[in-house]
Amino acid sequence: MLGKLSWDSIPYHDPIIMVVVAAMGVIMAGIVAWITYRKSWGYLWTEWITSVDHKKLGIMYFLVALIMLIRGFADALMMRTQQAVAAGGAEGFLPPEHYDQIFTAHGVIMIFFVAMPMVIGLMNLVVPLQIGARDVAYPFLNNLSFWLFAAGVILINVSLFIGEFAKTGWLAYAPLSGIDYSPGVGVDYWIWALQISGIGTTLTGINFFVTILKMRTKGMTLFRMPIFTWTSFCANILIIASFPILTATIAMLTLDRYLGTNFFTNDLGGNQMMYVNLIWAWGHPEVYILILPAFGVFSEVIATYSRKRLFGYHTMVWATMAISFLAFIVWLHHFFTMGAGANVNAFFGIATMIIAIPTGVKIFNWLFTMYRGRVQFTSPVLWTLGFIVTFSLGGMTGVMLAVPAANFVLHNTVFVIAHFHNVIIGGVVFGMLAGLTYWFPKAFGFKLDETWGKRSFWCWLIGFFLAFTPIYVLSFHGAVRRMQSYANPEWQPFMIVSLLGALVIMLGIACTVVQFVVSYRNREQLRDVTGDPWDGRTLEWSTSSPAPFYNFAHLPEVKSIDSFWEMKQAGEFEASKPPYQDIHMPKNTAAGPIISLFATILGFALVWHIWWLAIVGALGVFVSFLARIFNDDVDYYVPASEVELIEREHHKRLSEVVDSDNRGTAQVGNMGVQS
Amino acid sequence: MALMDPKGAVGSEIKSLIITSFWLMMIVVIPVIVMTFLFAWRYRNTNYKAKYTPNWAHSNVIESIVWFIPLVIIAFLAVITWQTSHSLNPSAPIQAEEGVEPMEIDVVALDWKWLFIYPDQGIASVNEVAFPVDTPVQFNITSGTVMNSFMIPRLGSQLYAMAGMDNNLYLIANEEGVYPGRSTNYSGAGFSEMLFEAQVTSQEGFEAWVEKVRQSPKSLSFAEGYEELAAPSVAHPVEYFSSVPAELYDNIIMSFKNGTAVQPGHSGGHGGHQAAEQSAHGHDVAMSAEVAE
Repeated sequence: MLGKLSWDSIPYHDPIIMVVVAAMGVIMAGIVAWITYRKSWGYLWTEWITSVDHKKLGIMYFLVALIMLIRGFADALMMRTQQAVAAGGAEGFLPPEHYDQIFTAHGVIMIFFVAMPMVIGLMNLVVPLQIGARDVAYPFLNNLSFWLFAAGVILINVSLFIGEFAKTGWLAYAPLSGIDYSPGVGVDYWIWALQISGIGTTLTGINFFVTILKMRTKGMTLFRMPIFTWTSFCANILIIASFPILTATIAMLTLDRYLGTNFFTNDLGGNQMMYVNLIWAWGHPEVYILILPAFGVFSEVIATYSRKRLFGYHTMVWATMAISFLAFIVWLHHFFTMGAGANVNAFFGIATMIIAIPTGVKIFNWLFTMYRGRVQFTSPVLWTLGFIVTFSLGGMTGVMLAVPAANFVLHNTVFVIAHFHNVIIGGVVFGMLAGLTYWFPKAFGFKLDETWGKRSFWCWLIGFFLAFTPIYVLSFHGAVRRMQSYANPEWQPFMIVSLLGALVIMLGIACTVVQFVVSYRNREQLRDVTGDPWDGRTLEWSTSSPAPFYNFAHLPEVKSIDSFWEMKQAGEFEASKPPYQDIHMPKNTAAGPIISLFATILGFALVWHIWWLAIVGALGVFVSFLARIFNDDVDYYVPASEVELIEREHHKRLSEVVDSDNRGTAQVGNMGVQS
Repeated sequence: MALMDPKGAVGSEIKSLIITSFWLMMIVVIPVIVMTFLFAWRYRNTNYKAKYTPNWAHSNVIESIVWFIPLVIIAFLAVITWQTSHSLNPSAPIQAEEGVEPMEIDVVALDWKWLFIYPDQGIASVNEVAFPVDTPVQFNITSGTVMNSFMIPRLGSQLYAMAGMDNNLYLIANEEGVYPGRSTNYSGAGFSEMLFEAQVTSQEGFEAWVEKVRQSPKSLSFAEGYEELAAPSVAHPVEYFSSVPAELYDNIIMSFKNGTAVQPGHSGGHGGHQAAEQSAHGHDVAMSAEVAE
């Protein structure tokens, strides 16, 4: 009746897990009680859960990402603590069964459920506004993508207290992840969490690909698109091309585990290196899916706060495309040590290094954007400067890893760990936090507190170097990744410093939380009335903050790369004017959350081999999807009168600012800089 | 620092390669970091003395330079990469000095220990390997379980150990000593303690070691003893086997092709001994990783 599920599946014996579960339970009960007390369920349902508004979906992606960041970071702290104590024969406080789940969960959570939703959330919030569109091409699909992603989040969190998570490392290399060596449900949770959320990601890729190609406003040719849109475009092409590989690879592993096929088993013709090749054929493009949009953020930030055009726009675009292409021909550098021949290794090594060329060009272009500019040291700029320094070092260690002969001693050591945290923290995390600060007013109508933002930056920067410099050093001592304990007591001091670094990063995360609270309390002083707090250059700043649900009362027209900024310079920009027209908009829909609810049930049932429930889940997905397909009532018109009301409100606030603050036209922007 | 204090020719060459590539990269990295601070400070918002050109966004000279410099460095590095990928190819034999006989050791990764088989001496050991100094050693590496990676950090390169595949790694030690070795590729619960010692001795010392192993009362073959040895164990003590058939290594590789493999959750290993005995083929039958890839 319940498949493999029984009372024994709940890890009562592990006090750490039980405390965490209890704390999560209390927090969730508190949230539910609060929502009920405030009678906000209806509001949540109609305004958020069923919303197809790309801005709200972007906010929800980011919110979930930040929550999962806390969970993933708790894993990191536990690992660092374990390694700080488990030296010279000491066992530490985490036995291998638990430690191995933690490093697997840390990797999976940070990549799939923190970095990805931050990137996709930011794309959701920004891309349609930057291209002058009213929403994405497929609004319902966008909502469905989010909820499928949420289904993955739910499954991975359920694994914490019902059953176990995979003990295989984040990519679940076969044959370790096969049924012979991992008979528990951990790998199955991994499979279904990634499979369901991965479908959501593929749909997002298609959605934004079409949106950027088909929904650009009048005059916005491809080579007038803002750089963030360009990098998102390339990232989405990478998603479309690579995520199906992940889906297919996991599907084959699923067949191995559920039906006893032998794609990746040790024996009977299985080929484990095929798994490793396939997973990296997805995995390498994946890192560019994360980093390219971050590059886009830095480009926007550095140009805006240097009050200067981005240096070498065309070069930036071509460099982005070059990186996107090269992303697909370097996957083998993740396993030079499999024993391929010298020619194969040399090819992939050199192909990898070539990526350093366009990346280096990008870095110089950011530097020359500051050159002869007027750089304002806002927190997004600090993140950008911190990124340039940190990422250059990470790029260097990446090139060292790309030399096959050097890789033969660095591979699988903690050098790899230090390298990719170097580029993912220094690149993706810094980029996303810069983007969060930069576009926050567009989402919420008020700016984030700068003091706490800068504190967060310094904690992250110092914490990163404190945590990972010792890791680089340890790699030269021969320390390898994924060690639950180690014999050599000389390594311990480095591990302790690394733990201190992690604690400093924790302070950085705490600063961000405080920043939200402080900013919310001071939201009146931080209010962005004009919609253009940074004297922006791109279209998203031409509409009010927060942007109205239809984004633009009149679709803007673009004449150049920095069209909005040029219009302001020429004094040509003015807020929307009547007459307004009816605006065609998509209707909210419950289909996304309902389909995903059934998908979650399906995933859970498959993990535990509860076949009847799996059938219920699968039927539920199918029927609710059919219901959506046959529903023709999916759009409506916002009457011109309503548009006029909303726009008039905005104009009223604008004129108040102009009166009280006599700085010329409000649209030139109030700079928004706090010292 | 094991990697910066190598004890063999391979390790030494890799060390200098790492240092060379580090400094080559520094040619770009240092200017970038300096320019970051310099530009950010010089063109800070409050410095009204600095030139401000809000519309300047293109310069053929600068763009050529920023493409050219990384290009040249990477071209240089690419040449080094090509050369070292061949000269340090772990599967290419190391030239022995005159009068020195290269030797062969079979390595099998098991849950969670290392089995070393000496085909020429007909002996085997667990979690301890010995070989003479200044002698090129051909390690034939496979796995009786999931993927592992065989590495002695002070001697240089590592290679994957994969079931059903035969990977060849050539190493040489130029200094006597005891060097830690380990699996570097995560392989399950006992991975952290999947360690071994490499004892590099004089020729006489090696012969004494062989003699010591020969004193062991235990013997090992695929049919007898292997299954018990392959059963998962953590921090397995050093163990010696005085009598081991040379074909044990091939038996283990072939067991993954003829359904006799010893694996958890598989019945193939039990009662499959007969088939294993029939499969005593030479090395040439074993699928090399290169071919498999």
